[in-house]
Amino acid sequence: MHRLWVAALPTLLWGCGAWAQDKTLDEIARYRAQLQDGNPAELWEARGEDVWKQKRGPKKASLEQCDLGKGPGVVKGAYAELPRYFADAGRVMDLESRLVHCMGTRQGIPHAEAAGRVFGSGSKRSDIEALTAWITSESKGVVMNVSLDHPQVKQAYNLGEKMFFFRGGPHDFACATCHGESGKRIRLQDLPNLTEKKGAQLGYTTWPAYRVSQGELRTFQWRLNDCFRQQRFPDLVFGSELSIALTTYLAYNANGAAFNAPAIKR
Amino acid sequence: MKTANRMLALIATVTVAAAGCAAVGDKLVTPDDLKVIKGSFRAQGQARLDRLDQDDAQRLCSNPPPATIARGDAERVEKSNLAAIRYPADGKMLGDWKAGERIAQSGRGKQYSDDPKAPSGGNCYACHQLSKAEISFGTIGPSLYRYGATRGNSPEMQRYTYGRIYNPQAYSACSNMPRFGHNGILTETQIRDVTALLLDPNSPVNQ
Ligand code: HEC
Ligand code: HEC
Repeated sequence: MHRLWVAALPTLLWGCGAWAQDKTLDEIARYRAQLQDGNPAELWEARGEDVWKQKRGPKKASLEQCDLGKGPGVVKGAYAELPRYFADAGRVMDLESRLVHCMGTRQGIPHAEAAGRVFGSGSKRSDIEALTAWITSESKGVVMNVSLDHPQVKQAYNLGEKMFFFRGGPHDFACATCHGESGKRIRLQDLPNLTEKKGAQLGYTTWPAYRVSQGELRTFQWRLNDCFRQQRFPDLVFGSELSIALTTYLAYNANGAAFNAPAIKR
Repeated sequence: MKTANRMLALIATVTVAAAGCAAVGDKLVTPDDLKVIKGSFRAQGQARLDRLDQDDAQRLCSNPPPATIARGDAERVEKSNLAAIRYPADGKMLGDWKAGERIAQSGRGKQYSDDPKAPSGGNCYACHQLSKAEISFGTIGPSLYRYGATRGNSPEMQRYTYGRIYNPQAYSACSNMPRFGHNGILTETQIRDVTALLLDPNSPVNQ
């Protein structure tokens, strides 16, 4: 329902002329007010809880015994300690890659299918997004506490840090080009300084988020993928080692802050 | 085993440092890291995996802080980038500022979701204030409002500005600004147009 005026927002924001100035500020105020009316992310959360409990796949099993790191079936607070090392998989996983793993081991769903539709659009909904919405909501208010004790997690963190500063592509961009200094913005969009504690905490603990401009709930994997697109890099593979390394870097830097998502964003 | 590895790492660091291409506390990606990185992307549209192959300027400017580019390396990057600037053969640095304003506004180009046949924009407003009328501007770069009005429109200024847009790293290694000409984002005609946007006395930048 918000979609009509939201679709007009970019035009107003990017429009030029003194006339646009007042108009833009008006629209932003209206937009902020709309955001107070509740967060449609709740729809994804409710569906995610269903998906978690449904018996599915060749094994006709639910995900309820999936181990998200705090023991089989423990969902509360699990997201605040991810990514972590999972001995049963022999690698570091974030929530989303862990869900694909559990769909395989518990439900017998092949990887290609489980990781097939990871970003939904319209009626083509993504189970991963719904599950992520619900599971992360069960960490709301929990203090971020990612551990680097395991050497593979530490290694992931180190690679994530290097990648954050890795410049490449036709524009010479790195993450740090847009997120390396405080108080900067692109056009009118504020850019969090993700190399500082405060910025990393703000940037990490507010994802997943319902994106008003897309009418979709988006996860952290999506956030990374879309920033790489703006960086003019190729397509980041969902659940890839690098995606988990970057997530580890940012999640660890957010330690100490209360997790506060699913949020709602522009 | 661990000690042996550490020794090897130490020897490697010392060797690289001796070769003069690493700063103190260097944390640049290793060939093994690069394998992981490349294995984590899929070629899509115009964005192929070779976009992850860094040139000297990209590699030497990728150190996580507190390490920075070594002074000698910075000079080397600036020198080689300066030498690679191609100025217009007819010596004319200024084009049409009106076309330049459209280029400065457009953020299109080079993403895997972009049509590779459509011309790219310069997206200057993403990072710079330019005209007074456009209030939607970013702050990654300095304000360029009244750029020409304060610096003049001399042939030297025209050549500097054209070169600065063509390749900012020729003047300042590790600049956060894209190398628009060097990396083929903008054409010669387009760079002339945005140069005119900055320098033409009639351009909104100088009102
Ligand atoms: C060309 C600019 C650009 C580059 C390069 C870039 N980003 Fe972003 N990033 C943005 C913008 C713009 C936003 C805000 C998007 C929005 O609100 O719609 C953003 C948002 C984010 C956020 C969410 C912050 C929040 O508070 O919601 C995270 C996390 C993030 N980026 C991480 C990264 C990482 C990691 C990289 C490198 C892989 C990266 N970005 C590269 C422009 C960029
Ligand atoms: C992603 C950010 C970004 C974009 C896009 C960008 N710039 Fe810049 N620009 C910078 C930064 C940062 C600096 C200052 C650092 C440096 O290079 O010395 C700068 C500096 C400059 C300067 C030198 C100013 C001086 O004081 O001499 C000029 C001229 C300039 N930019 C023009 C442009 C034009 C024209 C465009 C578009 C075609 C553009 N820039 C796009 C980031 C950007």
